[in-house]
Amino acid sequence: MRWIVSVCRRAWRQLTSMRTALVLLFLLAVAAIPGSVLPQRNVSPEQVRQYLRDNTEWGPTLERFYFFDVYASPWFSAIYLLLFTSLVGCLVPRFRVHFAALFRKPPSAPARFSRLPASVSDIAPVPAADVVSVLRRRRFRTVVRVDGDVTEISAEKGYLKETGNLVFHFALLSLLLGVAYGSWFGWHGNRLLVQGQDFAFCNTLLNYDEHALGARVGEGDLPKFCLRMDKFAATYLDSGQPVTYKADVTVTQAGRTSSHLLQVNDPLRLDGANVSLLGHGYAPRLRYTDKYGKTHEQVAAFLPKDGMLTSDGVATFPDVNLNPDTGTRDEKAQIGFSGVYLPTLPSDPSVASSAFPAEKDPRLMLQAYQGVLGFDAGAPLSVYTLDQRQIDAKRLTKFGDPIMLKPGEKGTLPDGTTVEFVGTEQWISISIRHDPGQPIVLGGAVALLAGLLGSLTGKRRRVFFRITPTAMSAGGLPRGDYPGFTEEFDAIVAAVAPAASVPGQVAQTDVKEVV
Amino acid sequence: MGGLSNQLLVVTIFSYVLAMMAYAVEYAFGPRSLVGQRVLVGAGGPASSDISDISDSSVGARRAGVAAVGLTVLGYLAHLGALVARGIAADRAPWGNMYEFVMTATLVGVSAWLIVLAKWRNLRHLGLFVTLVASILLSIAGMTLYVPVGPLVPALQSYWLVIHVGAAATASGTFLVGFVAAAMHLIRLGHDQGKRNFPYSLGERLPQAGVLERVTFRVHAFAFPIWTFGVIGGAIWAEAAWGRYWNWDPKETWSFIAWVVYACYLHARSTPSVSRRITSWIAVVGWATMLVNLFGVNLVASGLHSYAGV
Ligand code: HEM
Repeated sequence: MRWIVSVCRRAWRQLTSMRTALVLLFLLAVAAIPGSVLPQRNVSPEQVRQYLRDNTEWGPTLERFYFFDVYASPWFSAIYLLLFTSLVGCLVPRFRVHFAALFRKPPSAPARFSRLPASVSDIAPVPAADVVSVLRRRRFRTVVRVDGDVTEISAEKGYLKETGNLVFHFALLSLLLGVAYGSWFGWHGNRLLVQGQDFAFCNTLLNYDEHALGARVGEGDLPKFCLRMDKFAATYLDSGQPVTYKADVTVTQAGRTSSHLLQVNDPLRLDGANVSLLGHGYAPRLRYTDKYGKTHEQVAAFLPKDGMLTSDGVATFPDVNLNPDTGTRDEKAQIGFSGVYLPTLPSDPSVASSAFPAEKDPRLMLQAYQGVLGFDAGAPLSVYTLDQRQIDAKRLTKFGDPIMLKPGEKGTLPDGTTVEFVGTEQWISISIRHDPGQPIVLGGAVALLAGLLGSLTGKRRRVFFRITPTAMSAGGLPRGDYPGFTEEFDAIVAAVAPAASVPGQVAQTDVKEVV
Repeated sequence: MGGLSNQLLVVTIFSYVLAMMAYAVEYAFGPRSLVGQRVLVGAGGPASSDISDISDSSVGARRAGVAAVGLTVLGYLAHLGALVARGIAADRAPWGNMYEFVMTATLVGVSAWLIVLAKWRNLRHLGLFVTLVASILLSIAGMTLYVPVGPLVPALQSYWLVIHVGAAATASGTFLVGFVAAAMHLIRLGHDQGKRNFPYSLGERLPQAGVLERVTFRVHAFAFPIWTFGVIGGAIWAEAAWGRYWNWDPKETWSFIAWVVYACYLHARSTPSVSRRITSWIAVVGWATMLVNLFGVNLVASGLHSYAGV
């Protein structure tokens, strides 16, 4: 039993030592590196999937050891939790000591001032009260001790350093707490929002392309609001570099409808959620007329591939060719298009990428497919690509030649059906997020910075005076690295006894490093 | 204005290179210089006149040193002018892309160097290394990172650009000087331990290890809160721009790594059982992480920050 206690005690002392803190800090830095080299699921889930497809040998092993979720991995968490345990173990005793020091009187003067880094002796004595008032004016904590006809004055200043240090480290703890709180009680979702009333959406999980709820958030906790994008405008330089993105949106929340301008760097702060504009793109509107003359319309958001907004995507028409006489449909004759959209056709048409991000001379290139689109297969299906497995299995085959259309133009498929490129809608991608830990984190960050400044600029030092009926001497002791101490000491002595401030009387010892 | 900025940058690089040569002359021929003595002996001068030759040459060396400082200041003014002209031409804070960022960070580095020089005059020959690093970085910027003057992508149009990137550039420039001091400290320590191969052979003429170490600490203690502020500012900006204050994208990750390494440095510095040699090594590692963050991340990785581009 005893030995368990002693082992634990030794382990605790080991953990809370500065050296352990150093090692853990270094480990934390090293452990953060893989997350910047490998794609991370929380930033780019699609890239992680791509990486796993491309690296079948190593991928699964990396996956098993959380290399695609580095910052949520057990090993990364272990390091910072140990570090913070060490921090608490290290700080609580220091906090107690410091708290006591704040109320303790400065210690009594050492016997021989000449041993101190700065000292001066044989000055004409002045009344102790004068010395004290000089020191108090300089905001030294001062105590006077009288022993017979010898008066000793001890003064101390610079508690800011340790206070700052403690504030800084406790602020680190509050950052961790704020982050944890935010991840338990926060949620976020991303979605593409196409312009127009038809595409307005309300804040439910079903409506997100991608979402994550904190451990303590239920689906019913999401604030209720609806969002619609009315208009989007982008401006570009001649080089194609975007200059502004502006989206007019309408919000309905708690029965009230209001209009807002959503821009990059200017989020929409709703009650219980912030909406940020991340990017934008085009959604071609296609009208397909089937064998029986019935038209089907679809607006398909295409994803940009490059800075000039060359975009690709698919439009699928699963419910076409319903025979009005029999009421049946050939399930093997579904139609899908995979397309590339160029907002501006390049002068060299063999380059299949857009020449400018705005729609100066738009073209839509479509390849029709006919067969079974494969929506029921159960596997997750991207809305931006056709199901490759269906194509590989020849259940979905190319139907006719590629078609290139301008807005308003029609193309004809081999079975006489037509597809019209009606035009495009704009879409924006938005991120909607609620993070109740944010105020804690912000407060912690401010405290951290303030504490850090105090800690790095504060300088603890002590000054002593000894006054006898015939003479006065003084000594000073800086604690830590404080090159300017001798000057400060000289100035204090000069203020106390102007006549004594002859240079050379002060021992110009180089400030000893007391670490 | 954009053209003027480019011309001034050329002047800047030339001045720094010339200053570097002048520092090198002072370094090689200054007093206590083994290099200088060897050259004289090699020239076949009689032993008796060596001493006067050395003192002659050390007068020349001192002049070279003064000229070097003058050239550094000249380059600095041109550097400042280049940056201001760039800012006027673009009508915004001149640190919107990597080219401008490197220009700003090196300007801060040289400013920090001039301040250090005003305080510790005996550190003068460290200017050799400061101008070396500055002219290398500026040449890389001018040759491979150059982009014409232009407005910013929407994500960068925010006053946070001024705050966040300004702080990051200031901290980077200051860490640069801190790195030079740390490296010189290590060289001097190695020299004191009797190592004579390159680069320890340079230790001969360097100030005392203790002085270098203290400068290293002071410069880092100055830069660290600025860096902290820059990272916090970045997080606040990220919250406004992307809805989330911390995304662990490569730039943020490496800023975090650099921050932790410099925190490590400050810790180690105040842990008595850790030697000053190790602390200076940590400072060097810190600078390496800054370089990865600046060049590695911008040129290789793609993340939310990648629009900041080249
Ligand atoms: C979460 C990780 C930590 C970070 C980022 C961190 C950061 C820092 C920084 C930047 C300083 C410099 C401020 C100054 O010079 O006063 C510092 C000082 C200090 N840290 Fe930490 N720290 C961490 C954890 C710890 C732990 C675990 C301990 C205890 C074992 C500790 C004990 C100290 C002490 C005692 C000082 C003051 C040194 C002095 O007296 O100058 N820190 N810390």
